[in-house]
Amino acid sequence: MATPVVGVLALQGAFAKHIETLNSLGVDAPEVRLERELDTVDALVIPGGESTTMSKMLDLNGLRDPLAKRLADGMGVLGTCAGMILLAAEVLDGRPDQKSFNAIDIAVRRNGYGRQIDSFEADLPLEGSDDPFRAVFIRAPKVEKAGPGVDVLAEVADVPVLCRQGSITVASFHPELTADNRIHKGFLATIDV
Amino acid sequence: MSETSDQTRVAGTQRVKRGLAEMLKGGVIMDVVNAEQAKIAEDAGAVAVMALERVPADIRVDGGVARMSDPEMIEGIQAVTTIPVMAKARIGHFVEAQILQSLGVDYVDESEVLTPADETHHIDKFAFDVPFVCGATNLGEALRRISEGACMIRSKGEAGTGNVVQAVRHLRSILGDIRKITQADEAELFEWAKRLQAPLSLVQEIAETGKLQVPLFCAGGLATPADAALAMQLGAESVFVGSGIFKSEDPAPRAKAIVEATTNFRDAAILAKVSRGLGAPMTGIGMDEDGLSFEDRGW
Repeated sequence: MATPVVGVLALQGAFAKHIETLNSLGVDAPEVRLERELDTVDALVIPGGESTTMSKMLDLNGLRDPLAKRLADGMGVLGTCAGMILLAAEVLDGRPDQKSFNAIDIAVRRNGYGRQIDSFEADLPLEGSDDPFRAVFIRAPKVEKAGPGVDVLAEVADVPVLCRQGSITVASFHPELTADNRIHKGFLATIDV
Repeated sequence: MSETSDQTRVAGTQRVKRGLAEMLKGGVIMDVVNAEQAKIAEDAGAVAVMALERVPADIRVDGGVARMSDPEMIEGIQAVTTIPVMAKARIGHFVEAQILQSLGVDYVDESEVLTPADETHHIDKFAFDVPFVCGATNLGEALRRISEGACMIRSKGEAGTGNVVQAVRHLRSILGDIRKITQADEAELFEWAKRLQAPLSLVQEIAETGKLQVPLFCAGGLATPADAALAMQLGAESVFVGSGIFKSEDPAPRAKAIVEATTNFRDAAILAKVSRGLGAPMTGIGMDEDGLSFEDRGW
């Protein structure tokens, strides 16, 4: 199988950390800010950051419609934290002008785990492994509802934190902030080239 | 609550505290003095706001002792924004920091823009769950702040001047020394630690990674989209804009233009587009015009 080129949306946020992780797995991971850059990638990571800022920049940089089209075509996407918010079907406590792509059938509450002072890390059991994943949650979105077509891959305190539907994978936490690359590997395995 | 029964769950770790700084990269943090400005900042695409009573330009003019803002004013800003809210404590004033933590601010700036409360000691930032950002003029200062627990470093620049020259000097000094350290041999690293008055272990870590341990942002004197892009091209990972937005003729479009410039900092065509028709920037002052130098505060 050819190695996919996995772009990282670099409008704002933790894009550099995702690029480091993907590069460590031998994957070419260019920054994506404009439509012509999106056109060159097979899959995309939407990183954590401020979803309000990213949503605004998607419009200002003319990426909203091209990205919606790629999502409709089934491009593989990993969305972490703010990326999860941007991909969700429904956003609670968002800004009224905040738009999401409705690419995965979940409802998420922005800052659902509270402010920075409530941010935390915790062990996450992963299916098929005895080693837990150390998951870092930062002003994280909380999944309040997952539709019947959504696979819940991991939970913390009975709340889904890692979900997949078709080509879309989303996490409330930040797999790019730890050296453990299993979440990225799992995502790469879903990409068709 | 079942969540608190999870034995592996920990808040306030260095990873959690530095992590928020990672999330703010490639963005603009704007100084605001009231709820109305905070809304304008968020609408423009700011990644965070810094809540303070007076912007640095006014602190320069007013003189006197500048202190932590009134908690009521900070809460007023928290109530209207969904993005992170930062606030400033005086250098060494750990009680102001305790108060800010209890208010739930997302980042504390131990800031030279306020009048220092301690002439020798900075705050022990490891004692807090809330993360801290600190200013630095050079690498030694940056590493001393990191050794005290700072999770983000920003250049000091010279706040409230609208003059970017000091911020450029500080960024070049910090990043230039990092580049030199990566070329140094083992024996030279001892000399670097001595010269920088910084812990050897942090110097050795930089020699290995070629990077500061925490995100490096730029602050102090930025006033235009081009200033923001300059800081980013020099190697800053985000920008703070203080007086530069709300002391300009027309803050909302300028705020939005600086956000666009920070994302597209290498694209001159986009920078030209967003720099058009913004009205007058803050007038600004030259260095040494008022004889007040915030950059000398901090030890």
